[in-house]
Amino acid sequence: MSGGAISLQGISKSWGETQALDGIDIEVPAGSFTALLGPSGCGKSTLLRIVSGLEEASGGQVMIAGQDVTQRPADKRNLSMVFQSYALFPHLSVAENITFGLRTRRVPKAERAERLTKVAALLGLSDYLSRKPGQLSGGQQQRVALGRAVISERPVCLMDEPLSNLDAKLRHAMRVELRALQQSLGFTMLYVTHDQVEAITMADQVVLMNAGRVEQVADPKTLYERPETTFAARFIGTPPMQILPATALGEIGARAEAATGRALQFGIRPEALFENREGPFEMVVTGGEYLGADALVSGRIGGSEALMRVPGRALPGPGAGLRLGLAPGDLHFFDARTGRRVTPPSGFAPFP
Amino acid sequence: MKIKRDWIWGWTLIAPALALIFLFTHIPALMTLWGSLFSTPRGRKPSHFVGLANYERLIQDPTFWKVLGNNAIYALGTIPVSMALALAMALLVNRPFKGRALARMAYFTPTVLPLIAVANIWLFFYTPGFGLIDQVLGLFGAGQSNFLGNAGTALPAIMVVAIWKEAGFFMIFYLAALQAIPPQLAEAAKIEGAGAWTIFRRITLPLLMPTTLFVSINAVINAFRLVDHIFILTGGGPDNASSLLLYYIYETSFRFWDTAYGATLSVVLLALMCLLAIGQFFLFDRKVHYK
Ligand SMILES: Nc1ncnc2c1ncn2[C@@H]1O[C@H](COP(=O)(O)OP(=O)(O)OP(=O)(O)O)[C@@H](O)[C@H]1O
Ligand SMILES: [Mg+2]
Repeated sequence: MSGGAISLQGISKSWGETQALDGIDIEVPAGSFTALLGPSGCGKSTLLRIVSGLEEASGGQVMIAGQDVTQRPADKRNLSMVFQSYALFPHLSVAENITFGLRTRRVPKAERAERLTKVAALLGLSDYLSRKPGQLSGGQQQRVALGRAVISERPVCLMDEPLSNLDAKLRHAMRVELRALQQSLGFTMLYVTHDQVEAITMADQVVLMNAGRVEQVADPKTLYERPETTFAARFIGTPPMQILPATALGEIGARAEAATGRALQFGIRPEALFENREGPFEMVVTGGEYLGADALVSGRIGGSEALMRVPGRALPGPGAGLRLGLAPGDLHFFDARTGRRVTPPSGFAPFP
Repeated sequence: MKIKRDWIWGWTLIAPALALIFLFTHIPALMTLWGSLFSTPRGRKPSHFVGLANYERLIQDPTFWKVLGNNAIYALGTIPVSMALALAMALLVNRPFKGRALARMAYFTPTVLPLIAVANIWLFFYTPGFGLIDQVLGLFGAGQSNFLGNAGTALPAIMVVAIWKEAGFFMIFYLAALQAIPPQLAEAAKIEGAGAWTIFRRITLPLLMPTTLFVSINAVINAFRLVDHIFILTGGGPDNASSLLLYYIYETSFRFWDTAYGATLSVVLLALMCLLAIGQFFLFDRKVHYK
């Protein structure tokens, strides 16, 4: 099996007054793992349902594997889907649940059984095939839902927060399994999540959404290292990037604003800061949070709240003044008015 | 000591309910059974023990077999049709459309109306000559008809009324059950390539089985319990053609005052209904998926 590319052009959706989606353009390459990431209510599920055909778009075009499927009903789009609630059929056994799609598509019985054996072994479900979904744990139910999606070997698979009902440990294990499954079978995955860790760890490409619009489309590394907007900066990272006003950086802020010719905000990741006697910033410590492997020091830089990640043993006490260093490339510039990323003129050194 | 007191408390608390159940359900049932073993007191002749004589009479009573047959026809004719109609109506008003609340109410109205009023309306429909049905048929040049007065059509005419009345009632149960099915199940099935018919047959219908069992038991009970419309429409006639078991019991006990034979018939009715209810549980049990 190989994946099919998904291409969305100008998708919009509104219910009466509420505009859930507004001019969404996304390209999902064939065989890629693309995560739809965004805060609650930004329209991720709506977009996924439009791709699946369960919801009709108010405008725009859905292309799957090069074909315009905008007018095609869900059962004719040749894709599979895993629901957040799993949507397993409670009256059917695990085996019947998994092979449901094969039966509706009239795959011969012998082939059904053969494929079932393979998928069940792949997902570790071989011992549960005769059980009903109600007799399975959450993680096992999740696997059944996955099995139902992968057994049909469709070129496109859609998932809507399939891991959100699992505990942290199982979720981690399933993340790894899901990614491996997708890579070995090679289908195109469109994966909805509001958990940035999930998106960053699993996806080839992340589509960050905000209030019905696409904020940024990038691979996880670029999204982390070069957020295009303050929204993207504030959404990615635990804790996320902090955005400081120009006044907090004093001299440095004024120089940068002069060089770029506009009002700026500055983004700094807590993990990019480090103690350095010659560093450009002065932080007054107000508290700290011990996290185990490391710790978060909270304090003020030029009057604005700021966080710094430090190794766990070296937690400074409140009231201490620290000089902090930062690599020049780790200071991000954003337009104060639009929130968009600003690239400083080449050769500009933020720290004199 | 403590345990013993709890025990007394428990019995004290359920005593009122228990007393009512025994007083109005179990004791009358037992008295009916007891009464069926005695003769009916007539004039100066007091009732005396006759053993199973009443039951022997019942076996030889052609009217009993006639009304029992009528009741079987009535049950077999009304239950499947009204249940299928109920399901169809529930499916229809479960999907969103303009005026849905109105449609639901319209379907449910026959159930809200008292059966006596309903029977009166239908009496008007069926009236020979100037009833609604005859007037409509008259437009096509058909002659006068007498559905209720004809031995061949009296029972079917009554069955139509019963179906019309019961379907709306059963629809409510189906509608409630349909709304309890998560819509994602149908969506998941659709994604898996299932059309509307497959979704209905393989998802909706199986998940409605508990409701179907519940409704079918109620329908069977109602088929033996509802007689009000017979009073208005036919009075059991002509020549018992539209009489049902319960109506026959009523006539025997309270028109001819043959109380012992009435008790005998009641015992048979009771036993029959128990058997049917238990039979349905066994029949359906393997097919019903409970949550
Ligand atoms: N059927 C509907 N009718 C009206 N508004 C709706 C409907 N479905 C969704 N919306 C609105 O559309 C917006 C997007 O909803 P959607 O379910 O796509 O969000 P989401 O990004 O999936 O959020 P979450 O992460 O909480 O699942 C929300 O503001 C929601 O209120
Ligand atoms: Mg959602």
